[in-house]
Amino acid sequence: MNTIHALIVTVLIAIGSGFLLVGTIGLLRFPDVYNRMHATSKATTLGAASLFLAGAVYFGPQEVGGAGLTSLVGIVFLFLTVPTGAHVISQAAERMGVAFHGDASWPDDPPDREQ
Amino acid sequence: MATDIPVFLDLAITIGLVIASGVTLLAGYRVIRGPTTPDRVVGLDAIGTNVVAVAVLFALQTGRGFFIDVGLVLAIIGFISTVAVARYVTDGDIIE
Repeated sequence: MNTIHALIVTVLIAIGSGFLLVGTIGLLRFPDVYNRMHATSKATTLGAASLFLAGAVYFGPQEVGGAGLTSLVGIVFLFLTVPTGAHVISQAAERMGVAFHGDASWPDDPPDREQ
Repeated sequence: MATDIPVFLDLAITIGLVIASGVTLLAGYRVIRGPTTPDRVVGLDAIGTNVVAVAVLFALQTGRGFFIDVGLVLAIIGFISTVAVARYVTDGDIIE
């Protein structure tokens, strides 16, 4: 593999590791469950997707076994499922009655809220 | 394939593995000390995504492509377990 190829993979790995680190710092330091979910669902998704992209660039389309194309499938899968999972968890937390941090509150009569 | 990679790429993969592993351990703090059950679920979800990242980095380090498939299957299992735990917490059962 030549230098440009390795350099692109290195940059993608650096971006992915940075996003994973930022997401976990947010998971540890934010005050309530909704903020923590925001931090992990955005930053961790972007970090893992960047690492998958590094895998796609590293293995390429010619690899036996199709690892590069599987990486692209992994990116699509992450972008579909992680927001869905975060939405389901936040709905569960709202039904359990987990309160917001500080003086924030739910709106009084939201039109599209599930009973 | 793992023999002809440059030194800086090898170093970057090693540093990325250290960061992803340490971040997985740090997310365990939220699983243990989380005040509510959704906090623990969020922590477990973050651990799942970080383990996917570890699998992908291990595939890059060893040059074996099938660890990408391992990461994809781990992502699928993490999504299903998150939805199942959320349904169990709210409804009391998973399949009614």
